[in-house]
Amino acid sequence: MERRTDIGPPHYTKFLPPVIQKNYGKWKYHEGVRPGVMVHVAESGDKLYTIRAASPRLLSVQKIRQYCDLADKYCDGYLRFTSRNNVEFLTTKEENIEPLIAELEAMGHPVGGVGRAISNIVHTQGWIHCHSAATDASGIVKSVMDDLIDYFTGKKEVPGKLRIALACCLNMCGAVHCSDIAILGIHRRPPKVMPNLAQMCEIPNVVAACPTAAIRPAKVDGKDTVEIIEEQCMYCANCFSVCPALPMADAELDGVSIWVGGKVSNARSQPMFSKLAVPYLPNNPPRWPEVGQTVRKIVEIWVEHAEPDERLGEMIQRMGWPRFFRLAGIQFSKEHIDDYRYAALSLKRTAQVHQA
Amino acid sequence: MAEGKKYVTPKLDELEKGPWPSFVKEIKAAAQKSPMAAALLGQLEQSYDEKIGHWKHGGIVGVVGYGGGVIGRYSDLGDKYPEVAHFHTIRINQPAGWFYTTEALRGLCDIWEEHGSGLTNMHGSTGDIIFLGTTTDQLEKVFSKLTALGFDLGGSGSDVRTPSCCNGMARCEWACYDTMKVCYNLTMAFQDEIHRPAFPYKFKMKMAGCPNDCVAAIARADLSIIGTWKDEIQQDDEMIKKFADEGLDIQRQIVSRCPTRCMDWDGKKLTINNENCVKCMFCINSMPRALAPGKERGAMVLLGAKAPIVQGAQLSSVLIPFIDLEDEESWNDLKQLLENIWEVWCEEGKNRERVGEFALRVGFGNFLEAIGLEPRPEMVAYPRDNPYVFYQTAKKE
Repeated sequence: MERRTDIGPPHYTKFLPPVIQKNYGKWKYHEGVRPGVMVHVAESGDKLYTIRAASPRLLSVQKIRQYCDLADKYCDGYLRFTSRNNVEFLTTKEENIEPLIAELEAMGHPVGGVGRAISNIVHTQGWIHCHSAATDASGIVKSVMDDLIDYFTGKKEVPGKLRIALACCLNMCGAVHCSDIAILGIHRRPPKVMPNLAQMCEIPNVVAACPTAAIRPAKVDGKDTVEIIEEQCMYCANCFSVCPALPMADAELDGVSIWVGGKVSNARSQPMFSKLAVPYLPNNPPRWPEVGQTVRKIVEIWVEHAEPDERLGEMIQRMGWPRFFRLAGIQFSKEHIDDYRYAALSLKRTAQVHQA
Repeated sequence: MAEGKKYVTPKLDELEKGPWPSFVKEIKAAAQKSPMAAALLGQLEQSYDEKIGHWKHGGIVGVVGYGGGVIGRYSDLGDKYPEVAHFHTIRINQPAGWFYTTEALRGLCDIWEEHGSGLTNMHGSTGDIIFLGTTTDQLEKVFSKLTALGFDLGGSGSDVRTPSCCNGMARCEWACYDTMKVCYNLTMAFQDEIHRPAFPYKFKMKMAGCPNDCVAAIARADLSIIGTWKDEIQQDDEMIKKFADEGLDIQRQIVSRCPTRCMDWDGKKLTINNENCVKCMFCINSMPRALAPGKERGAMVLLGAKAPIVQGAQLSSVLIPFIDLEDEESWNDLKQLLENIWEVWCEEGKNRERVGEFALRVGFGNFLEAIGLEPRPEMVAYPRDNPYVFYQTAKKE
């Protein structure tokens, strides 16, 4: 067989259900039907129901085939996945909604995450598949979502959208830097310099990799290597990314930090970065209870204090950071004050200050 | 394949409990048929015991003629868990909008059950279908079967990463341009740039149909294309009144929370001063059917978003305030702009310097000049407030 290359992905039109082909670009509005289910209504009057179910993102081929069986049974063989890794079943038949939900729930895939709800946690590979992970991803996600399940399924109401994301290191394969709540794996010690460094890595590349110029060329026992100016290291691990002979991971010192108040949507306020709430929580597998408790506390503050459709970051801007820290019971510390490139912009440069 | 060795995994077993779907159950399901998945459980349990990962840096593996699409992955416990000593990832370019037929998905499952661990991510962070874990000798076989099925590899390393988009016009009334078409066309136009890394670092592209930005384009893509409109918000006064009658406090919940205070409500009629509207979507999100984006729709093109590594996180900033993207001319303009950006960045960019960092290092004004764009006030939040200006006249003398 002739070897084919550069064919690109299949054309998307092959995978669109007939109702979408017919009404492409001609949708009039959509609204929630029940938690986890929405209907899109076209100008033609056609209706498309979407049933959104939780997914762990890490899926076996066995599970994907089960999804396919459901899509064949209820959705004429069409389904899709979302940008937050949920699975969505698409059908024009309203009568299919109830039995489909029943089968999904029996399979262990709760339905929810639409509209005012806490949706799935965007996350990374962690210890399952990554060399630079400072924590696991899937275990924390599973534990946090087990705890927040009622906010996903709509059993408990929330004021609006709240997006949680997890990245297992500062490379941030997930968009955690602009999430309402970000869970971020962190290292807390400088890299170790392995004796064989010069055989594995180009020293000028290693030196250039450091954003704070904390790495300089050195000679040890007559051999070329590098040395680390430890007080200048902020544990970003960029040097480790370019040179495997500078390992960062540390079983006792690695852990998790919690960031809050970011968003990507332009609705009402502009997109915002997440800000540091908790500088360090320990890696405590299998369930990371300290992380779960912290996330739950922040969620509960938002549920109690946010106005309708107010994002966490908007709420904190309105109430002020001093009050947020007091409500969350988080000790404000030196780590909370930026000392990198745009640090001055984050200082309070006005006499307008919120009361705690 | 035979069933793999069984490992005792008390910590992971704990994560089979609870209402959220369990990734451990998925690995165990795959382990019924795959010794690799079985060994993954063993190694992961050890990571849970020791609180540290056991994967080594990626090596250079791939399929013939491609420089990206496969990430080499090796265990540092290969003697103890030989089945995952080599455990490479394959990235497969997803169909735009992540729509599938069950026929296509089953085809993918058959390939991966035969040639890999049977474990996937639907999907990876950039948007690809991820096949998690196989050995070097299986890569060409997987590739050949994938292409026979109509699929191709995605990007990895210092190349154009697999573009991704929201479901746009397929299932959203707010789509201001055809995100899936633009995503597909860009993907096809730049197959070489996706498959053969030749850049200083990665280059990501994401297309969002409206300013709600469901694919986080403004935070995650070097090139972010976000739908917007030029004319007036479409309003249906009957529906607005219906919202009011049903109890929505339009003054408090909508009007007073508009970021530019561009609307008035007299208790009966909503009046929008569209000149002051910044197209944020808040009122439209809050009153579906009553309000909708205008009719003169298109997109905004922004540049430079990235996560912290190396110089700090950035959001994308405006390059082109409005582009139609429906006509041939604007489509060619976009492709030309990308070629110009890549040319300058490849020439002057440093190793592992994302284009957003590069543009700030050389000065955004200089960057614009180099890529052939005129400076426009839409590109800045405010003009400079520092008086150290590199005056052009002084340079020319």
